[in-house]
Amino acid sequence: MTVDFPKVPHTTKIRNVRKNRQSAITTFFLNLMRSWTGIIGFIIILILLLISIFGQWIVPFDPLLADFSKKLLPPMTGGHLLGTDQLGRDIFSRIIMGAKISVIIGLSTVLIAGTFGTIVGIISGYFRGWVDVVLMRIVDVQLSFPFILLVLVINAIIGSGLRNIIISLAIGGWVIFARVIRSEVLALREQEFITACVATGVSKFGILFKHILPNLFTPIIILSSLQIGTYIIAEASVSFLGFGVQPPEPAWGNMLNEGKDYIFSSWWLITFPGIAIMITALGVNLFGDWLRDTLDTELKGE
Amino acid sequence: MLDFIIKRLIQVVVVVLLALTVVFFLIRLSGDPTALFLPPDASREQIEEYREMLGFDRPIYIQYGEFMVNAVQGDFGQSLRSKEDALPLVLSRLPATFQLAISALILSLLIAIPLGVLSAYKRNSVFDRISVALTVLGQAVPSFWLGLILIYFFAAQLNILPSGGAGSIVHLILPMITLAAYSVARFTRFTRSTMLDVLRKDYIRTAKASGVPTIRLVGRYALKNSLIPIITLVALDLGTLLGGAVITEVVFAWPGVGRLLMQSLMNRDFPIVLAGVFIVALIYAVINFIADILYAYVNPQIRVK
Amino acid sequence: MEKILQVKDLRIQFNNGKENIQPIRGVYFHVNKGETLGIVGESGCGKSVTSLSVMGLLPQKTSEIVSGEILFNDRDLSRLTEREFRKLRGNEISMIFQEPMTSLNPVFTIGKQLSEPLRQHKKMSKSKIRETIIAVLKQVGLPRAEQIIDEYPHQLSGGMRQRVMISLALLCQPKLMIADEPTTALDVTIQAQILELLKNIKRKNDMSLILITHDLSVVAEMCDRVVVMYAGEVVEEAEVNELFDQPLHPYTQGLIQSLPSNNKRKSKLFSIQGQVPKPSEIKEGCVFANRCPFVFGKCLTETPPSFQKGKHISKCWLQDPEEMEVKRIGESSTVIS
Repeated sequence: MTVDFPKVPHTTKIRNVRKNRQSAITTFFLNLMRSWTGIIGFIIILILLLISIFGQWIVPFDPLLADFSKKLLPPMTGGHLLGTDQLGRDIFSRIIMGAKISVIIGLSTVLIAGTFGTIVGIISGYFRGWVDVVLMRIVDVQLSFPFILLVLVINAIIGSGLRNIIISLAIGGWVIFARVIRSEVLALREQEFITACVATGVSKFGILFKHILPNLFTPIIILSSLQIGTYIIAEASVSFLGFGVQPPEPAWGNMLNEGKDYIFSSWWLITFPGIAIMITALGVNLFGDWLRDTLDTELKGE
Repeated sequence: MLDFIIKRLIQVVVVVLLALTVVFFLIRLSGDPTALFLPPDASREQIEEYREMLGFDRPIYIQYGEFMVNAVQGDFGQSLRSKEDALPLVLSRLPATFQLAISALILSLLIAIPLGVLSAYKRNSVFDRISVALTVLGQAVPSFWLGLILIYFFAAQLNILPSGGAGSIVHLILPMITLAAYSVARFTRFTRSTMLDVLRKDYIRTAKASGVPTIRLVGRYALKNSLIPIITLVALDLGTLLGGAVITEVVFAWPGVGRLLMQSLMNRDFPIVLAGVFIVALIYAVINFIADILYAYVNPQIRVK
Repeated sequence: MEKILQVKDLRIQFNNGKENIQPIRGVYFHVNKGETLGIVGESGCGKSVTSLSVMGLLPQKTSEIVSGEILFNDRDLSRLTEREFRKLRGNEISMIFQEPMTSLNPVFTIGKQLSEPLRQHKKMSKSKIRETIIAVLKQVGLPRAEQIIDEYPHQLSGGMRQRVMISLALLCQPKLMIADEPTTALDVTIQAQILELLKNIKRKNDMSLILITHDLSVVAEMCDRVVVMYAGEVVEEAEVNELFDQPLHPYTQGLIQSLPSNNKRKSKLFSIQGQVPKPSEIKEGCVFANRCPFVFGKCLTETPPSFQKGKHISKCWLQDPEEMEVKRIGESSTVIS
């Protein structure tokens, strides 16, 4: 005799992740069109990505080429849109190339910190027990130390450079992911459809991969998009303080660090890289806020 | 309540000790600092002699044990450069950091809470929209850059405020504004959304049905309900403020712990770094501890059992 | 009999940014001095919106009274300014809400919250306020009123909180009290106590009571007269015995039939087929037409007026004297969905 189990009922709160791809993309743009802040954020991010991919072909000057005969030219002189710095390098070109560094750092950090934090969060939230206790103690301890200071100290100790700043940021950043994902997993575990799975004899890993992981997609995306801005500003701060990305690399924080000595004579050195950081952070934040609001209502609304 | 306080105090101690441990090992694993004290052409014997003198030749767990035993007694050794005692040096810089951080905190709360409340009260008005736009912008501006811009305008161009240093209240103005800016944006935004949340609650409707005027409803009732989440956020953000203080201190050459810590990191002057980490972790843990107590005080569901 | 409240042809419109909907369309009823009026209907039928409009508590920016009057002692409430309304609220008209658990502010003591109507409406000294509060707390049957006044809501049970809510509504001795599902969120045993309390208080203080509920047994227990609402309209109004003995509107008949009765224990529970139309789906014709077992042609094209038979009013074409001969149950039971 076979017993017919009822189909696993998906509670209304759970988003059906395997939607038609086409419709998901259409929905994305339809939602985006409703919010002008979301559109602005999206456009800024799009421009940023395009610049960081194609930047090396659109820069008017070599961003690393020093020419003392042209040093500290104000904007709009000698073909230099945003002027030149103390070594005669073209600031516009440097800012364009700096975008790439910011994007690489933001994305790599979120990838590393996000992956590691998510794994820890899932282990903690799904398997509970002493593992959970130990991991969450570690998270608590780390969260009780200022993020930017932690990144600074780690970076100062392990040394500067692009790779090391990413590592430092990731070490500082994974805890947020672990914390949030853990609480998401805990909440999901309590959902009726998971209980139903357990009751129908689906294995622990089956539940984890088929039911819990897909539903973590949304919180991970939201959190990642909100964190990238933090990472980009943190990197700029660390580089500004003389750690992080080192000269002559045209990181925006770097440029501000070098430019600050000329603040009384050449304002453009400190103005434009800062504006670049601000617009980038603004775009990422706006987009992240919009994404959170949209996906949140989607979660609640259906 | 006493149980709660004791539990939290133990947590403070654990956090501080763990922070020290992690930084200690990070430093030791990152390389031998002896080389930094000697000229590049120092002979092998000289290096060895120096290592022995500083105790870097012994096994790391003995170094760690000795360090921790001394650390809990407040002895972090001497600065590798100036030979001053590390902890007293850090402590001597503490008042300046406190002055900066507390004044920035007060400034940001004084601006953010009324602004957020008013924004929620006049929801969707022009005032509200401008305030929301400013907070979004404020959260995107890196504080060190804001500091540079302020220096440019008020010191370089207008020449009415000093660009750095300390000594008088005038010196405090720019660093204070720089440090407060991000918090103002964040707190305003949060106050607004919390107030909007609270204003939708059933008990606000009850108060309204009792004939309470809107001004009193917002300023007296909803505000007190909002204070619980606001205090929580402010406590969580004090770390960011403290971190921001480090950067602000460097920008304005403000003689606080942050600037000292930065210089020591640059010079790999590790006794001072460790003493600095110790102090920062301690302050942060204590602030969180106070915030928890404050939280319990505002929330009668915790206070009265 | 003196009418303390008259609602005439009330029409309310909500605007949610995209479209206008009218959750209340042409609502008509009155409350006599000293009586208990029950307003019955399913959730979403507009009974709460009606009561909130009497209290002036509808959200100001998104809602609007399109037409009609709300006369309280011959004063039109729908035209009052916020300031004038405030003098009325908690003073001459007061309200008890459904959720005692969330209707009290968690960060203020009971005494602080109860002092508010007195502060706003009566000129009293602090000690007099305290005295009055303790007296009222005792009146609603709360033990150790002297201590409770300094306690916080979370220290009280649900039933006690609802008593506190009642005393809050009672403090200024209002002429009209509106109770919106006052017992729905409570345990069954507590429900009976609270209803009994409301009954006594109403009698002692010589006030009128509007009792909003979806529960017909509460109505039978408490009310003098009943208004039945469906999808934003009043479909029937009658004295309570009349309504239960001789319901005229098919919706009311359905409601009464769906009450589980003691003598037909084994019979299948009756339920009205179909669903309440959303306010945006309301078309011409009778609002109940899509669920009515007696529906016929006219119901779908023309909105029925209110037919009056003595004090019994119903909004159904079957009560039209001209249609009486058409009424043949069974023949026209095509249900339009």
